[in-house]
Amino acid sequence: MSEDWPLFEVFIRSRAGLEHKHVGSLHAADARMAIEHARDVYTRRQEGVSIWVVPSAQIIASDPAEAESLFEPARDKVYRHPTFYAIPEEVKNL
Amino acid sequence: MSGSATEPRDAVLEAARLRYVLRLADTSLVLGQQLGAWVGHAPALEEELGLANLALDLIGQARLLLSYAGELEGRGRDEDQLAFLRDAPEFANLALAEQPNGDFAQTIVRQWLLDGWQLEIYQGLGDSCDPRLAAIAAKALKETRYHHRFSSGWLIRLGDGTEESRRRTQRSLDDLWRFTDEFFAPDEVDERVSAAGIAPPLSLQAPAWSARVDEALAAATLRRPPAQPYPWHGKRGVHTEHLSHLLGEMQHLQRTYPGARW
Amino acid sequence: MYTQALDAQAQQDTAQEGAAALAARFQARVDAEEKIEPKDWMPEAYRQTLIRQISQHAHSEIVGMLPEGNWITRAPSLRRKAVLIAKVQDEGGHGMYLYSAAETLGVAREELIAQLLAGSAKYSSIFNYPTLTWADVGAIGWLVDGAAIMNQIPICRCSYGPYARAMVRICKEESFHQRQGFEIMLTLARGSAAQRAMAQDALNRWWWPSIMMFGPSDADSRHTAQSMRWKIKRFSNDELRQKFIDVTVPQAQFLGLTIPDAQLRFNEASGHYEIGAIDWSEFQRVLQGNGPCNRERLEARRAAHAAGAWVREAAAAHAAKQRARAAA
Repeated sequence: MSEDWPLFEVFIRSRAGLEHKHVGSLHAADARMAIEHARDVYTRRQEGVSIWVVPSAQIIASDPAEAESLFEPARDKVYRHPTFYAIPEEVKNL
Repeated sequence: MSGSATEPRDAVLEAARLRYVLRLADTSLVLGQQLGAWVGHAPALEEELGLANLALDLIGQARLLLSYAGELEGRGRDEDQLAFLRDAPEFANLALAEQPNGDFAQTIVRQWLLDGWQLEIYQGLGDSCDPRLAAIAAKALKETRYHHRFSSGWLIRLGDGTEESRRRTQRSLDDLWRFTDEFFAPDEVDERVSAAGIAPPLSLQAPAWSARVDEALAAATLRRPPAQPYPWHGKRGVHTEHLSHLLGEMQHLQRTYPGARW
Repeated sequence: MYTQALDAQAQQDTAQEGAAALAARFQARVDAEEKIEPKDWMPEAYRQTLIRQISQHAHSEIVGMLPEGNWITRAPSLRRKAVLIAKVQDEGGHGMYLYSAAETLGVAREELIAQLLAGSAKYSSIFNYPTLTWADVGAIGWLVDGAAIMNQIPICRCSYGPYARAMVRICKEESFHQRQGFEIMLTLARGSAAQRAMAQDALNRWWWPSIMMFGPSDADSRHTAQSMRWKIKRFSNDELRQKFIDVTVPQAQFLGLTIPDAQLRFNEASGHYEIGAIDWSEFQRVLQGNGPCNRERLEARRAAHAAGAWVREAAAAHAAKQRARAAA
């Protein structure tokens, strides 16, 4: 349909210091409109200092079918977790 | 700037100040009232929220300005008594605000023209010797910048969209242009408040508004209509037939149940 | 982004594993209170049930803007006008969050809207009732939003991630809606005799439709058992309805208004209020399109959509021109 507006995903940084969080999606005809719509829909209660919008079709996502190969190896690599290291109790701030 | 709070205030200036504040208040009120009617009927869900945001901002401006006007008037009237119990000839809004919503093009053209006007006015009031007005204008200016971005974005999309959208938008522009006559045409109220340092002279603000208009029209591929003298200025209480219908609807409950609290 | 993997995966996995094993693994995840996300394997019936439920919810928010929007231009004070605009705007926003959630399941918003406008999609029966006085605005906030909150809070814990997250957002915004409505009723109840009568009249007309909002008794509800197993529904219709009644009756008493039910009584033994018989024939009539203003509601949405077509086309055309200019 010639009147279709593509789908955009919206990410909002609600406060300085936080990262942008995915809050949902909306339809817009162009990028400027997408930002304005995101502001109108997702920051009505002062919930944002920064907005990112991305055309949904541009997002590259991992495939759940590959979840095992992508994510399981990390479970074996215990050394990435802080609990792997035995630190004596007397040592603070670690 | 002259006019500190300790100097004795003269009655003529105070009458002009009150009238001036009512012009701003009533323009925001009438425009906000108009946008409220779009809720549930906008071209897209996203536009519902956009127009509602504009309406909320404008009603908010109206409330602050009407409250101030009530204090200046000194008859004990609050924002609601001023909004709901004055009749059309006492309203000081620009006549453009009371022109009907029409189709989306008409609403956007009306909005864009008034946003451009408010942008100049609120910016100019930043230096006002009236601290209350300066504070209200500072808040309103932030809102108006967003409104102007929204409405000029749509003006451009509609002007430079399809043949149908350009035709509708040009027609609305041609129909509504005459109401811009009163935007920067100073009368004795404008002259008194600018002489007292409350607001800058309108003649100084007109060129910036005009340049901004030309810029947007160029991007929108629309023709600027020729200048049309139109001396029936809403800010002087000379309204079109639309205002009394608008007020009839808006004021109905307060008029039907006098003295009730809501 | 949301659907390519679903299709590919469904074919791949069915060939390799067998549907029963997949369904069992899926159910185990749901039982363990794990969230299902858009590209996770899910039974087709789960997906369809969610699309239906989420879209009906979204349609309800959008249609729900009309009965209250009806009073924006006539709100009796500037504060009430501003609050009402904000509330109706919230409802539009809720519709948007929900359409977003539905779209993650592989259906386009255009398609859902087309179903609504064609009259083939359902939305909550309550919005087919007219708002005849200002007091109706208060009654809707107090009763209809009150009932919606009862229904919505449990859905914040539903198994489907995007729907649960949309509900969390919605619930945060919803409590102001109910307070706004109750405050209107309180002001009227404490006002003039005419205002008190207006409030009582609104309660008389909105009480039973609000009770019916929770849907038919579970014995008569086709979908309940499966929806409960999939944690799309967390409480039964009757449980939610009873909770609403128990909470709302004391509120009506506080207002000094009378609930229009001669059989309403408090049962000391059970600790619950008992109500008279619900007229389910009215509910059915409204669901089938023969309520007081079903036609008007749909017609209003159709008119807005049709009138907006040239606007949407213009925006799309302008965007296309911009892209062409950028490429040149």
